[in-house]
Amino acid sequence: MKRFALVLGLVCAGFSARAEVDIQEVTSPGGFTAWLVEEPSIPFISLEIRFRGGASLDAEGKRGATNMMVGLLEEGAGDLDARAFAEAAESIAATLDFDVGDDDVSVSARFLTETTDEAMRLLRAALIEPRFDADAVERVRAQIVSGIRSDERDPDAIAGRTFDALFFPDHPYGTPYEGTVDSVTALTRDDLVAAHKAALARDRVYVAAAGDISADELAALMDGLLGALPETGAPMPAETSVAADGGLTVVPFDVPQSVALFGHEGMERDDPDFFAAFVMNTVLGGGGFEARLMEEVREKRGLTYGVYSYLVPKDRAAIYTGRVASANDRVAEAIEVIRAEWARMAENGVTEEELTRAKTYLTGAYPLRFDGNGPIARMLVGMQMEGLTPDYVNTRNAQVEAVTLDDVRRVAGELLQPDKLHFVVVGQPQGLETAPGQ
Amino acid sequence: MLRLALALTLLAALPARAQDQVTTFTLDNGMEAVVIEDHRAPVVVHMVWYRAGSADEPQGASGVAHFLEHLLFKGTDTLAPGEFSATVAANGGTDNAFTSYDYTGYFQRVASDRLGLMMTMEADRMVNLRLGEGDILTERDVIIEERNTRVENDPGSIFREQRQAAQYLHHPYGTPIIGWRHEMETLDLDDALAFYKQFYAPNNAILIVAGDVTPDEVRALAEEHYGTLPPNPALGPRERVSEPVQLAERRLVMKDARVAQPYVIRSYLAPERDPGAQEKAAALTLLAEILGGGQTSVLTRKLQFETQQAVYTSAWYDGTNYDDTTFGLVIVPTEGVTLQQAEDALDAAVAEFLEEGIDAQQLERIKFQIKAQQIYARDDADRLARRYGEALTSGLTVADVQAWPGILQAVTEDDILEAARSVFDRNRSVTGWLMSDEEATQ
Repeated sequence: MKRFALVLGLVCAGFSARAEVDIQEVTSPGGFTAWLVEEPSIPFISLEIRFRGGASLDAEGKRGATNMMVGLLEEGAGDLDARAFAEAAESIAATLDFDVGDDDVSVSARFLTETTDEAMRLLRAALIEPRFDADAVERVRAQIVSGIRSDERDPDAIAGRTFDALFFPDHPYGTPYEGTVDSVTALTRDDLVAAHKAALARDRVYVAAAGDISADELAALMDGLLGALPETGAPMPAETSVAADGGLTVVPFDVPQSVALFGHEGMERDDPDFFAAFVMNTVLGGGGFEARLMEEVREKRGLTYGVYSYLVPKDRAAIYTGRVASANDRVAEAIEVIRAEWARMAENGVTEEELTRAKTYLTGAYPLRFDGNGPIARMLVGMQMEGLTPDYVNTRNAQVEAVTLDDVRRVAGELLQPDKLHFVVVGQPQGLETAPGQ
Repeated sequence: MLRLALALTLLAALPARAQDQVTTFTLDNGMEAVVIEDHRAPVVVHMVWYRAGSADEPQGASGVAHFLEHLLFKGTDTLAPGEFSATVAANGGTDNAFTSYDYTGYFQRVASDRLGLMMTMEADRMVNLRLGEGDILTERDVIIEERNTRVENDPGSIFREQRQAAQYLHHPYGTPIIGWRHEMETLDLDDALAFYKQFYAPNNAILIVAGDVTPDEVRALAEEHYGTLPPNPALGPRERVSEPVQLAERRLVMKDARVAQPYVIRSYLAPERDPGAQEKAAALTLLAEILGGGQTSVLTRKLQFETQQAVYTSAWYDGTNYDDTTFGLVIVPTEGVTLQQAEDALDAAVAEFLEEGIDAQQLERIKFQIKAQQIYARDDADRLARRYGEALTSGLTVADVQAWPGILQAVTEDDILEAARSVFDRNRSVTGWLMSDEEATQ
């Protein structure tokens, strides 16, 4: 059992190292591995489980099956129907959350130490023996269809759907994982059983825990919880790449404020230049008020409440994307400014001062994220999904520090492609027709 | 229920509760302080809350409390516009602010040895704000875009604004926190500075520090940075107009082409938590849980499980308000169920509940969950800090906050039914239908 210590010391002078996060790698007799941060001071445990693949494993013609299956995991399992299951969870004040994304099914559990056995009995039933009772299926189906109908008239959802379809026309990433009204209406109980077998399997599971539990206890718990899962599930979806080229797609919709998504091809998480790109994005459009996009679009011109850009390395493709929302008569200017900033960064990179500021922020903020059992367990499971080792918590800041001005300039030149940047605008934008695909 | 009994015993035996982490003191100039200790990570959240929110605005200047919140990032005698946040970021921290009806709050999350620097800057902008006309105009555009994002682009938000305005005929809770658009467009430097001068002073502020600090450290730093600021002697008691007695139910129908899923919302004027008198609010808090708190709640059981008339139901009540609050019910009907049928079904379900009384096991489960929350809460010092900030700016005391879990445990079935009967008075209600414009009103 290796131990890795995250020393929460920061690089700038004056910071002192005072706390540690010990990540233990735990292996169960049955062969499951987990990462653990033991924190016995509060008598509860946060447990995070991920199954790689997620909604992209939907079978042909069964779009929405994985999403609906996940929605039914807590709607009756083992010898408990939906209400009995909910009552049992409430009785021990346990929270069991199930969610789905393009690339994973996620399970977040929080339970009091004293109720570990009962909480694991419930969670095991949900993961291994979901019932998919007919009444529960119809209830959840109606909720999903209601949500899909609402998304059809929501500007943000319309923008997302249009963007995805343009970027990934021949891949599950190109359609909403909730499915369509038609596809969800057609799903049968057999489809849900098949989706369950396809998505929840031993060969794609990741586990992390933080809180009042020992390594031995966690090891023992995993075999009981996950041991009955099938060895393997559906094959992972194919790799894909961005199909969209530069330009502008306007979706007319009657709202006073246009919502714009923009993006082009991005960078894989395991690319050796990822940290340079990450630092560059912090300067261009990451988090704070100091980012260039925020400064130019909001602070100087008052064109928006918020504008951001993100590196999104998905499992099967990578995009570099962003979002802005501006009144219909101002969005053209916002887009012009964003295009100009994209080009300026591509050409010149960042300044020495910007680089220093971004590094100080990123390295200083990192340790602050380890501040609770829930956040720690989520970070630990995320690191495993990204293929990192526990030692990453010690090397991450050094990797940020190692990025040079030349690295950023080179990577900005390669990654940012102003003429490939595609904007999807939902609203009644004015003055955009004259400059399509600029 | 064997497990439940066991778990209850275990919880009763637990020594440490969230409130044991909390220390309070008051500076000589009237500034209150709350310290919440959590030494697991070298992180601290530093917050200053003002007892000034949108409900404290003068007539005609709606949105100025929130506008001023934005302007506090625009510079002081010694800090350039944007330098506040840039300094926080340069120290590896993050910062932001928030405005509500009863408060405005500012916070930074940083490594704990940066607390003094945060206090230096926060104390500075409490008294030394310097604004130019340019800052004002650009930032006014930003808050109007914020209103577009939060309200105008979303029919559900417009509907909420309209319902709230109908609920409060007279009291300022009827005015949106972000402001009415036509008044936001005219907000100027004088409006912002008048609000700032009246309300931003240590005797109207609460300091909350949560994280890896000791009360002694916080007291020393607070005395150094905030203790020297002069109180505002002109700050009077916080008095607002109150609602006239509502004698007729109010109904709204809003149609919007962007609505795909119609629904009905009913809200009733309801008492809030008062200092030393939180019992009725506690009963209403449990009532909301019983009616609408998740899969085993009364409305979910009756309307989603037994009859399938709804795809979603809920009940809500938030007692942490300075003045009278609301108790709400919502039903989102399944396809083929009209809004009238949905409203009738909702009313029938509540009437049945009042007849049938309370499921003792459900109440026991809810009370157990509330106890467990006190354990889970210790994992999240930020949230604990917010809870104190909201309570103290709503007229409650630290003692009230700490008494609250016990008061919730003491609520009886009769208390809950009595509270329900007194609040569910149609004459004091607002009923709203939100629908697509192509639908016929039934």
